[in-house]
Amino acid sequence: MAADNLPSEFDVVILGTGLTESVLAAACSRVGQKVLHLDRRNYYAGNWASFTFNSLLSWIQEYKAQQEMPSTESDQAWVGKIEEGEDMLPLSSVDSSIINLEVFSYASEESEDEEVVTPSVANSFPKDSEAANEEPSGSSVEPQHSDSPGDRTQGAAEPPKQETEPSEACKNRQMPETQQSNQSEESDKQEQPITRPAEAPIELNKRITYAKLLKEGRRFNIDLVSKLLYSRGSLVDLLIKSNVSRYAEFKNVNRILICRDGRVKQVPCSRADVFGSKQLNVVEKRMLMKFLTFCLDFEQHPEEFQGFSEKPFWEFLKSQKLTENLQHFVLHSISMADQEILTEEGLKATQHFLQCLGRYGNTPFLFPLYGLGEIPQCFCRMCAVFGGIYCLRHSVQCLVVDKESGKCKAVIDTHGQRISCNHFVVEDSYIREEQRTKTSHRQISRAVVITDRSVLSYESDQQVLVCGRVRECTCTCAPSTDLVHLTCPASGSAREDLAPVISNLFHVPNRSEETEKPLALWVMYFNMRDTSGLDSSCYSLPSNVHVCTGPDASLGCDYSIKLAESMFNQLLPDEEFCPPAPNPEDIIYDGDGAPGEGASFEETNHPLPFWVFHEALEDTVAKDTLFHNSD
Amino acid sequence: MHGRVKVKSTAQQEEEKRKEREKKLKVYLSARDAVFSKKSNGVLDEEALQLTQQLLSSNPDFATLWNFRREILLHLETVKEEEEMQKLYELELLFTESCLKVNPKSYGSWHHRGWVSSRLPRPDWPRELSLCDRCLSVDERNFHCWDYRRFVVKASGVPVSQELRFTDRLIGSNFSNYSSWHYRSTLLPLLQPGTPSPCRKPAHVSPTASPQTHGHRVCEEQLLKEYELVQNAFFTDPNDQSAWFYYRWLLGRAEREEMISCVYVSREGERVTVAFSKLVNAPAEGLVLVLDGQPQQVEWRSVHPLFRHSPVWLCELPPGSISDINNEHNLTVHWTEKHTHRDCALYTGRLESWCRDSATDQELFRSELSIEKTSVLQSELQSCGQLLELEPQNKWCLLTTILLMRALDPLGHERETLAHFQTLKEVDPMRSSYYSDLCSKFMIENTILKMEYAEVRVFSLSDKNLSTLCHLDQLLLVTHINLSSNQLLKLPPQFAMLHCLKVLEADNNAIENLEGLYQLPKLEDVSLRNNHISKLSTLEPLVSCPKLIRLDLRGNPITKTANIQAELAQLLPSVTDLLI
Repeated sequence: MAADNLPSEFDVVILGTGLTESVLAAACSRVGQKVLHLDRRNYYAGNWASFTFNSLLSWIQEYKAQQEMPSTESDQAWVGKIEEGEDMLPLSSVDSSIINLEVFSYASEESEDEEVVTPSVANSFPKDSEAANEEPSGSSVEPQHSDSPGDRTQGAAEPPKQETEPSEACKNRQMPETQQSNQSEESDKQEQPITRPAEAPIELNKRITYAKLLKEGRRFNIDLVSKLLYSRGSLVDLLIKSNVSRYAEFKNVNRILICRDGRVKQVPCSRADVFGSKQLNVVEKRMLMKFLTFCLDFEQHPEEFQGFSEKPFWEFLKSQKLTENLQHFVLHSISMADQEILTEEGLKATQHFLQCLGRYGNTPFLFPLYGLGEIPQCFCRMCAVFGGIYCLRHSVQCLVVDKESGKCKAVIDTHGQRISCNHFVVEDSYIREEQRTKTSHRQISRAVVITDRSVLSYESDQQVLVCGRVRECTCTCAPSTDLVHLTCPASGSAREDLAPVISNLFHVPNRSEETEKPLALWVMYFNMRDTSGLDSSCYSLPSNVHVCTGPDASLGCDYSIKLAESMFNQLLPDEEFCPPAPNPEDIIYDGDGAPGEGASFEETNHPLPFWVFHEALEDTVAKDTLFHNSD
Repeated sequence: MHGRVKVKSTAQQEEEKRKEREKKLKVYLSARDAVFSKKSNGVLDEEALQLTQQLLSSNPDFATLWNFRREILLHLETVKEEEEMQKLYELELLFTESCLKVNPKSYGSWHHRGWVSSRLPRPDWPRELSLCDRCLSVDERNFHCWDYRRFVVKASGVPVSQELRFTDRLIGSNFSNYSSWHYRSTLLPLLQPGTPSPCRKPAHVSPTASPQTHGHRVCEEQLLKEYELVQNAFFTDPNDQSAWFYYRWLLGRAEREEMISCVYVSREGERVTVAFSKLVNAPAEGLVLVLDGQPQQVEWRSVHPLFRHSPVWLCELPPGSISDINNEHNLTVHWTEKHTHRDCALYTGRLESWCRDSATDQELFRSELSIEKTSVLQSELQSCGQLLELEPQNKWCLLTTILLMRALDPLGHERETLAHFQTLKEVDPMRSSYYSDLCSKFMIENTILKMEYAEVRVFSLSDKNLSTLCHLDQLLLVTHINLSSNQLLKLPPQFAMLHCLKVLEADNNAIENLEGLYQLPKLEDVSLRNNHISKLSTLEPLVSCPKLIRLDLRGNPITKTANIQAELAQLLPSVTDLLI
């Protein structure tokens, strides 16, 4: 279907499908605004996307291609569309939000048939007696370390032989290992109570080859930004309130780890954890519980922290008779704060953490079953259900600005079509440098590590690891591998920031022969621009052009949700933000005007395994009411 | 507004829902009637099975239908092959499972499932266990499921250690779970220790050894692990009572050995009084009284007509059998049911005699609190002390500390105990009366111990805020009792056990009931100044005390009654010294 079939009038045109934009799109569409939602990429969610291993390799390749020949900004195509009294404001066609991308592969390049047992790895699986009996192979091939990341990337990006068809890949994106005890309540209910969870087949402890990573690639869900949902955070509240939760499934994070003195430990954060903790003695348990109980309603006891309001949180913690161990837990793993945070903010963060506990499980975090990239897509789906129109691989070249009012009247898309709109919402990475009043950006340093096992052996699959200022999330992906995300505010390039952490936590081949640490198989570093904190004063743009900033460096998604809500209130001050969507059976269809009208622009345009909104109202497959408000 | 999705109005929705409901009800009622007619006609066919299934899946709590279903299934058993029945019963399991999804606490469904499981030719117990696990992971306190689980465990012979691990897991995920702790308490005694030595002796090995024996004890190694586990729980959350209750269970409580603790004989009235270590119904226990080798026909009666079971029983010997003070007599009371007896010799020139355990019996009261070793108790007391330092207001910790102190050294810790009781009443005012009563009990125990050490027959416990009286059977031999300046409301019927009592002082209390001053053969002097006695009828029990000569009622409301002097003289003619 050619894109010039697009209607030429919309209330709101939104460019970029990241979380903020998608929430805004859903909110506008929900209250009856005509929404056109575009993204220049061929996938949803922008920098919020989650990729299979194979599609991540394509993403890396695209990144490289863009680096090699930056497309020149051509200002020609739209000239004919501009009328008297109008100005044009070009947008950037290059996404420069990702920099310093580097990839290292330490996985063996052998073909799968010749997998070799490494004695070092065998130690980590005490249960697996078979592996221990195998002859120790001194001949384990030295993993190749590529000095030039570019080379490796090239190699990695070779078309994988056995890539499954995209549609099938989509269907099969399940994670069998995770089907056990740690799911959301909803999926528990859906299962037959008597079906015993299938025992995970005992993996022979074979070296994981690169070929295997590629073969199992679709089992991975690798997030570009590694974030979690605080179970009482604004994103979860919004998902519940708007009924968008029916489009996704969630898992509870099982445990929170901390790295201290080079050792990884589990953070006792819930009552059950404290009870079961082997690291704390009974007095510490009492002190920790007492402190946490105080934090839950610390506002009621101002006398307890009087005199600390201007002092850092850690000083307050010290004053609370907490042992050093406990201070560290509270500061870094529960308040998730940095060293400088003030007492009151620290208490608030701790309180929030605690309030989130127990809503869905023993940790305060939820995680979408198929990666964070699901969430923006769920909101897009809600937008489409209420008539929003979607085009991927479709961008806006320039804005048409009315000289008199200084407002954006229309946009001209990449096909040269002029589309009029009342409001234009755009993601920050589409903005050209000349429209910025502030040109320096903060950066987030990210690393994604595929390892051969968890950093702390445990049968679980979801954990958050906090060590110092670097935060990590891991979730199980392909069998016998583990995925670790590292995130921190950048001070240098991602590799400079995070490589020390990685070598501390993992056994990186060619460096040392420590055997007790998990083996890093594949590492990707990149920096993502952190535009959070920028506001309208940072751009010189018409007043009805609204810029959505990208993901921030924090663990939760609250920043982006609050931004979407405040932008919505700016756009449509008299409308409710994401009121509950009615049940499908309560919607009245009047003949031709089905609400899903026009929502099927996309099928032909992008063959990638992201679903398309052609059944705007099918809800039968969606998971209903994941969230029961437990209180 | 343009573009908005139209949503059905609430009235419309309501109407639709109502119609839907009506339709459902109609179907339900007609199916019910069909089932009932089949039932009354005794039609036990598969169609009936079908119909009941239909009804039960919408209402799994319809007990009659489950019963009918079982009737049908039992009938089918007689006509079908075992293989067919296996299939049928498996379907039945699937069906109850779907009913349990509708109502996970349906009595009918759980019971039916248990019934089916026991009828199933080849039951699949692991499957049943995993069903229970799933159910308990959704609601760890579903007692139906706990019951069913115990049934499955018993039927399939799951080893105790595996079940212990199961409770470990549940307690680990949430230790506020009585079911798990309790289950643990039933499992631990079953656990076979590696070596028998560290374990306590079972009760019946040596019945006379000490009153500390107990049938269900846990081996020491495991016990220490349990202490650690439960300490983790109450240090984590000292306000969670489930852990404290389990702790109390762990500390244990011995049953006293069943025996005759005292025989008292008095020439006056030729009366024999027998005290037992527990409540008994003497006429039914096969008591035989042998006097100088001659079994006697006597009639046992309890000290108060209210008691059918009592620790103290008495009887009168035939007149003249022991009245001559120049004769010596040997008396034996046999408790034939328990194969035990007690002798008592009444020597020449003595008016009375008794025989009781020579030991002053420290364990008499300690065994009620704990039977653990002193070293274990000491270390437990220390950890409670540690917690108490952190949580000085925690009632569970305070109470447990008191119990431990009493188990260790009731007299040595008396002052601390009293202080803790004071704190308890302040932090938990709702239960202050309970604490008062408990404190009274402990004070009485201490006074009894002191009395035993001093070998006197005088019991004095004045000005100690006593709110209740207990252990009165231990005061059988007491002649003088002083309970003045306490907060007693009554002298309960048990007071009639004080068969040797001559002088009672109970001034400055709030006594308004004298039921216990009943048939006290030696009572001479009663002082009840400043109490709440207001009616003449209250004093009626005193009529049965033949020797009463002095009665002090000053400061009671009754003294304001007109003509009281005359009425009292009429009621209690024996009283010569009446103070009002």
